[in-house]
Amino acid sequence: MIYFDNAATSWPKPDVMLEAMSHFVREVGANPGRSGHRMSAEAERVRYGAREVVAEMFGLDNPLRIVFTPNATAALNTAILGILNRGDHVVTTSMEHNSVMRPLRALEENDIEITEVRCSPDGTLDPDEFENAITPKTKLIVTIHASNVCGTIMPVREIGAIAGEYGIPYLVDAAQTAGTVPIDIVADNIDLLSFTGHKGLLGPTGTGGLAFAPDFDIEKMRPLYRGGTGSRSDTQHQPDFLPDKYESGTCNIVGLAGLAASMRWIREKGGVGKIREHEAELTSRLIEGLGGIDGVTVYGTKDATKQTAAVSFNIRGVSQSDAAEHFGDEYDLMCRVGLHCSPAGHRTLGTFPNGTIRFATGPFNTSEEVDAALEAVTKVAGE
Amino acid sequence: MHDVILVQSTTHAIRIEKLLKKAELQVKLVPVPRHLSSDCGVAVRILADERNRCEEILSENSTPFEQIASLKK
Ligand SMILES: Cc1ncc(COP(=O)(O)O)c(C=O)c1O
Repeated sequence: MIYFDNAATSWPKPDVMLEAMSHFVREVGANPGRSGHRMSAEAERVRYGAREVVAEMFGLDNPLRIVFTPNATAALNTAILGILNRGDHVVTTSMEHNSVMRPLRALEENDIEITEVRCSPDGTLDPDEFENAITPKTKLIVTIHASNVCGTIMPVREIGAIAGEYGIPYLVDAAQTAGTVPIDIVADNIDLLSFTGHKGLLGPTGTGGLAFAPDFDIEKMRPLYRGGTGSRSDTQHQPDFLPDKYESGTCNIVGLAGLAASMRWIREKGGVGKIREHEAELTSRLIEGLGGIDGVTVYGTKDATKQTAAVSFNIRGVSQSDAAEHFGDEYDLMCRVGLHCSPAGHRTLGTFPNGTIRFATGPFNTSEEVDAALEAVTKVAGE
Repeated sequence: MHDVILVQSTTHAIRIEKLLKKAELQVKLVPVPRHLSSDCGVAVRILADERNRCEEILSENSTPFEQIASLKK
């Protein structure tokens, strides 16, 4: 069996993830933040431990600046809907996922104007063009960190520097890069970083969050949900401090126990840099191999140093669904075909509306698996 | 004699507990004394003698709290 769908969700997970989740359910159990007893305090220690390891991975000193959400989509909606107001302008790119584009499109109805800065057909972005898109009404800049379609990495640090110059908050969608590309919120000039737990961070589904730069003023951002937080229960108004302002409702504490264990596992195995090295090696082998197969077109930068492990391609004369069926039936190879929730990305690459075949390797894949997959593609392309 | 730090949330309580333990100060999470707050949840009990040191550490680590009250015993 070959699992090449790590850009959708990573598989397998480290054993310690399940052990931590099972331990939590059996031994800790309680609701963090809700009660004063020993078990509840222990549950809060588990959640705080998760905040610590996330803060450390993204270069933040203060774990209170990590807010947990059910996934990246919830984090992106919280930030986008919480910051923008009628009449505002927002700058984004032509490579975004629908988790960014759909909330933005919905806001257009409220007189919020969107500028999508066009990326090259390989998904790369020129930061100078970005600066030209900024107007006095620009109240948010939001970009993907790396494309989930073809892996192309955006010049986040440069965009962040421009955002900083104009005093505009910069929100980064790190769904594809958290755990696969090193990120330092401060050095990379990011204000808000949204991440999901179930992809590169190797955690369970139903975990994710938003990391706040040390100097981001939370008065600029409304919460998406309001409700019980366990704090300030004497008032019917939402707390105005981190993390409670954005964390109403009982959280997925079992999931967070697992996420923390997976992230500590990543740290013990040498950190995100090590994973990046391993994936770049596999990606390079894959891109090179695909490039040598007659009838195969690879999209993106075709340079493993400029992209993540998501590799998109098409095979001349073969429909993606036929290819996927063949990969599944003959090679037990799992991949994702189609538009990958990103019509914008595919338009930029010139692959809309047909889409692409995407192979996305992960930390547990091997070069032998890449070679076997290349053999499968060669076979399908030759038929 | 003990003082008690009333916190914004249990997340803050855990952070304060960790920071003070690291500085080798005496610290215990306790249910919030009802006469001090209408809220449920935990507070952080410290030694009255170490109150100043605690305040220093929390301020150095940008960790807000509601107030520190003394517990008369
Ligand atoms: C770039 C990008 N943004 C956002 C998301 C949404 O992540 P989630 O489904 O965990 O909310 C994904 C993955 O689906 C993604 O690849």
